[in-house]
Amino acid sequence: MLVDSPPEQRAETAPAPPTRRAVRALGLLLSAAILVLVALASIAIGAKALTPDQVWHGLFHDTGTYGDVVVDERLARTVLGLLAGAALGLSGAVLQALTRNPLADPGLLGINAGASAAVVTALTYFGVTSPSGYVWFAFGGAAAVGALVWFLGGSRGATPVRLALAGTAISAALYGYLQAVMIMDDAALGKMRFWTVGSLASATNSTIVQVLPFLAAGTLLALVLARPLNAVAMGDDTARALGANLNRTRALAMLAATVLCGAATAACGPIVFVGLMVPHVVRSFTGPDLRWILPYATALSPVLLLGADVIGRVVARPSELQVGIVTAIIGGPVFIFLVRRRRTAQL
Amino acid sequence: MSGSGQPDTSGSAIKNTRRSTVNRLSAENVTLAYDQRVIAEQLSVEIPDSSFTVIVGPNACGKSTLLRALSRMLKPAEGRVLLDGQVIQSMPAKKVARTLGLLPQSSVAPDGITVADLVGRGRYPHQGILRQWSAADERVVQESMAQTGVAELADRYVDELSGGQRQRVWIAMALAQQTPLLLLDEPTTYLDIQHQIDVLDLCAELHETQGRTLVAVLHDLNHAARYATHLIALRGGRVIAEGAPNDIVTADLVEEVFGLRCQVIDDPETGTPLVVPAARKARLTAAS
Amino acid sequence: MKTNRVIRTPGGLSLGLDVRAVTVVVLLLLVALAAGVVLIGTGDFPISAGDVVKTLLGNGNAGQEFIVNELRLPRVLVGLLVGASLGLGGALFQAVTRNPLGSPDVLGLGQGATAGALVMIVLFSGNAAQVTVGALVGGLVTGLAIYLLAWKRGVHGYRLVLVGIGVSAIVTAINGYLLTVSDIVDAARAVVWMTGSLNGRDWDQVWPLLGLCAVLLPLVLANARGLRMMEMGDDVSNALGVRVERVRALLMVAAVLLTATATAAAGPVSFVALTAPQLARRLTRSPGPNLLPSLCMGAALLVTADWASQRAFGADQLPVGVVTGVLGGVYLLWLLVTERRAGRI
Repeated sequence: MLVDSPPEQRAETAPAPPTRRAVRALGLLLSAAILVLVALASIAIGAKALTPDQVWHGLFHDTGTYGDVVVDERLARTVLGLLAGAALGLSGAVLQALTRNPLADPGLLGINAGASAAVVTALTYFGVTSPSGYVWFAFGGAAAVGALVWFLGGSRGATPVRLALAGTAISAALYGYLQAVMIMDDAALGKMRFWTVGSLASATNSTIVQVLPFLAAGTLLALVLARPLNAVAMGDDTARALGANLNRTRALAMLAATVLCGAATAACGPIVFVGLMVPHVVRSFTGPDLRWILPYATALSPVLLLGADVIGRVVARPSELQVGIVTAIIGGPVFIFLVRRRRTAQL
Repeated sequence: MSGSGQPDTSGSAIKNTRRSTVNRLSAENVTLAYDQRVIAEQLSVEIPDSSFTVIVGPNACGKSTLLRALSRMLKPAEGRVLLDGQVIQSMPAKKVARTLGLLPQSSVAPDGITVADLVGRGRYPHQGILRQWSAADERVVQESMAQTGVAELADRYVDELSGGQRQRVWIAMALAQQTPLLLLDEPTTYLDIQHQIDVLDLCAELHETQGRTLVAVLHDLNHAARYATHLIALRGGRVIAEGAPNDIVTADLVEEVFGLRCQVIDDPETGTPLVVPAARKARLTAAS
Repeated sequence: MKTNRVIRTPGGLSLGLDVRAVTVVVLLLLVALAAGVVLIGTGDFPISAGDVVKTLLGNGNAGQEFIVNELRLPRVLVGLLVGASLGLGGALFQAVTRNPLGSPDVLGLGQGATAGALVMIVLFSGNAAQVTVGALVGGLVTGLAIYLLAWKRGVHGYRLVLVGIGVSAIVTAINGYLLTVSDIVDAARAVVWMTGSLNGRDWDQVWPLLGLCAVLLPLVLANARGLRMMEMGDDVSNALGVRVERVRALLMVAAVLLTATATAAAGPVSFVALTAPQLARRLTRSPGPNLLPSLCMGAALLVTADWASQRAFGADQLPVGVVTGVLGGVYLLWLLVTERRAGRI
C-alpha cells in the first residue's frame, strides 16, 4: 500500500517499444554466445586440462588421440548439462508463473521427492543398479507425484497455495519412506547418498537418448504456454476476463513442468535452485513477459549448471564436488539476497 | 495529562523546547523515510486537542506515512514526534497505548476468533500477568461493542462478518483501548457508501459526545470536508494548507493539492464545502 | 462455546482461564504419562504397567528397578522432554512467523543441527557426547544466521520463513556432501542420527533438557500475552503497546534454544514441531499460540510414536523419526483434504 510496485513489474502493460525488443533480442544472442563458451570450457576443464586446439580437434577431427578420448567423455556430460539445465530453468519459470509465486521451485511440488523415492525403491526392491535403469523409475516417480499433487491440490480448482501445500506434504511423507529404506538397507544408502546430491558425472549417451524425447516435448509445450501463462499471471479473475482457459493452462503448465523437471531429475538427480534462481535473474532484465523469460531461461540455466559443474571439478581437485552441491551453495545466498531485497509489502 | 497545565517557572530555553506545544500530539520537523526513499522532509504538524482532524492528499503524498509516524509505527529519520510533551519513542509502550490508539489500514483477525474476544484484546495495555481480565475490562468491552453496534454479534466469528461489520469490530477494539487520542488509517476503504457514512458518523459521535481527539486519513475529499473539524492537506510530503474545512477548501487549493479543476459549492445538507470536479470537456479545453 | 472463566480476588487480581484449553492440557499430560508408562514396559523384557508404576514409586524388585530406572526411564524422559521442547518451539515459531509452515523443520534448524552432528561423525569420528555438542552448536549457529539474515528493520515473519528455506537448502547440500565423503559405516550412523532416534538415551541427556525447559518455560509464558496480540499484525500489536521486536527476538531465541537442545538430544525428529501446534489448536478450538497445549501434545506425540515404532517394527529397528515423518506427511495431506472440503484454502 505504501510502496509502489517496482518499475519492472509495471513496464509490461504496453507492448515493448521496438528498441527495447532489439536490446532483448541482442541480449538473447549474447546469452547464447556465453552458453557456447561455457560449454567449451566444460569440455576443456577437468582433471586433465585441454587447450582450445585439443578441444577443437576432439570435436571435429576425432582421430582417437588421448585428447579426443577425454573430449568424448566430457561431451556426454556437457550435453546432459545443457539439456538438464535448460529443462530445470524452463520448468522453474513455468512453475513460478503457474503458482504466481516468484519463489516457487520444482522441489516445492514434490517432484524431487517423488523421483528420489522411486529410485530408492528401484535400488532396494527391484535390484536395478545402473543409472540408465533407474532413469525410468525416477521419471515415473516424478510424474506420479506431479499427478498426485495436481489431484490433491484440487485438480481443476487448483490454487497456488494448495499446490504448494500438497507438494510439501507429499515430499514429507516420501522422505520419511526414503530414510526408512536407507536405514534398513546399507546398499541402498551407499547408492542413494550419491544420487540425492545431484551430479552430471554419470552421464552417458544412453541416458541422454532416454530423456531427450521428454525434454523436447516439455520444452515445446512450455514455449507454447508462454502467452496463456502471461494471462494467468494477472490473477484468476483478470485471466478469465481476458479469455484465458485457466484450468487447461494450469493442467498443461503442470504437465510441462513435471515432464521437464522429472526428466532432468531422472538423468542427474535432484538439483535445486537452478529452476528458482535463473528465472529470477532473467526477470530482472526482461520484465514479467514469459515470451522473453522462457527463451532467456533456456539459454542461461545451462550456463549456471555447467558453470557450477566446472567449478565443482576445479575446486576439489583431484576429486570433484557434485554439481547439486555447488548450485545449492551458490544458489542459497542468491536466494536469500533476493528475499531480502523484496519489499515486505510484496511478500 | 498530569503536569501539562503547570506554569513553567524556570523559563529556560531547554524546558521550552521540551514542551514546545500546548497540544497533546505533534510532529516537529520530522523527516520520514522507508530505507532510502524519503517521503517527507522537515514536516511539522500539530493535532489540535479535541478535534476531528482529517489528513487528505493525493496518492503517495505521505498521509499514511505521517499517520504511522504520529502513532510511532515509523521512527522519523530526523525530528521527533511528541506526545504530552515527551518524545513518543522514549515512552513505555503500554503507556503510549493507553493514550493513543491506532486502527491500521490492514489488520488480520486470527483464525476462529469471536467478536467479543477480538474486542477484548483491545484491553491489553490495561492488563498484566496478575490482572488478566477485570470487571472493568468486561464492562468496557460491552460498552465498546454497544457503541459500534456490534453487541449482538459478540459470539459470532470475525471471519463470517461482512466488510462493514468487520470494520466496526476493529473500531470497537480500538475503542476498548480507551485512549483519549484515536488514529484511523483510511477507515472507510473497501466499504460501500452506506457503511462509509456509518463509520464516519460513528467517528463524529465519538468526537462530539466523548471529546476524544480523532485523526483520520481519508481518500474522499467531500467526506473529509463534511466530517472534519480540522483539515490537513498534504502534497509531496509538505503541508499545503490546514484549518477548518470552511476556511481552507477552495477551488484553488483542490487544484494545487490534487491537480484537479473543480468548483467548490456549499453542501446542501450541511453547508460544508462540496467539491464538484469540472466537466471533462471543460478540463480538456483548459488543458489545451 | 464460550468457555472462558475468570477468577477475581478482592485485591484486584484477576486471572482468565480457558476451561477447554485447561482440560486439553490435563488430558494430553495424562496421555503422555500413560504412553510413557506403557513405553517403559515395552521391550525385550516386557513389564506390566502396574509393575512399572510400582517400580517408579520405589516398590519394585531389583531386576525391574534396574531395567526401569537405569535403562528405560531416561529414554522415556528424553522422549517426553524432546517432544515437549519441539512442540513448544514449533508453536513459538508458527506464532512468530504467523505461518503454519513456519516450523523448525522448514526453517532449517534441524538441518543445521544435522550439519554440526555430521561434522563430528564424519570428519572427527566423534563419540556420542561430541556429536551432541556438535548438533547443539550447529543448531544455534544456524538459528542465529537465519535471524540475522532475515533482519531488515525488524524481522518479518514471511521473510524469516523464506530465508530459513534458503539456509536450509545450503546446509542440506553441505550435509549431502559430508555423506558422500564419509565411509559407509559413518554414513549409516549419520543417517540414523539424521532420522531422529531415542535409542540408548540416558540420564546425561535428561538433565540439560530438563534444566533448559525449567528456565525457558516461565520466560516464554510471561511473554505469551504479547505473542497473542501479535497474531493481529505488527501494527495492531504495536498500537496496543506490545514491544513487538523485543518479544519476537526473545521468543525466537527461546524457540531456537529449545529446538537445538531437543535436536542435539534425539536428532532432528521431523514433524513433531510442525504438527503438534496444529493438532493442539484443533483440540482447544481457540485462536492464539496455544503454547501449553502444544507442549503437551508434542510430548504425547513423540512418546506415542516411539511406542508405535517399537510395536510395529520390533525394538530399536526403526528410529522414531521415521514414524513421525510418515505420520506428519499423512497428517498434512489429511489437513489439506479437509481444509479443502471446508473451503478454507
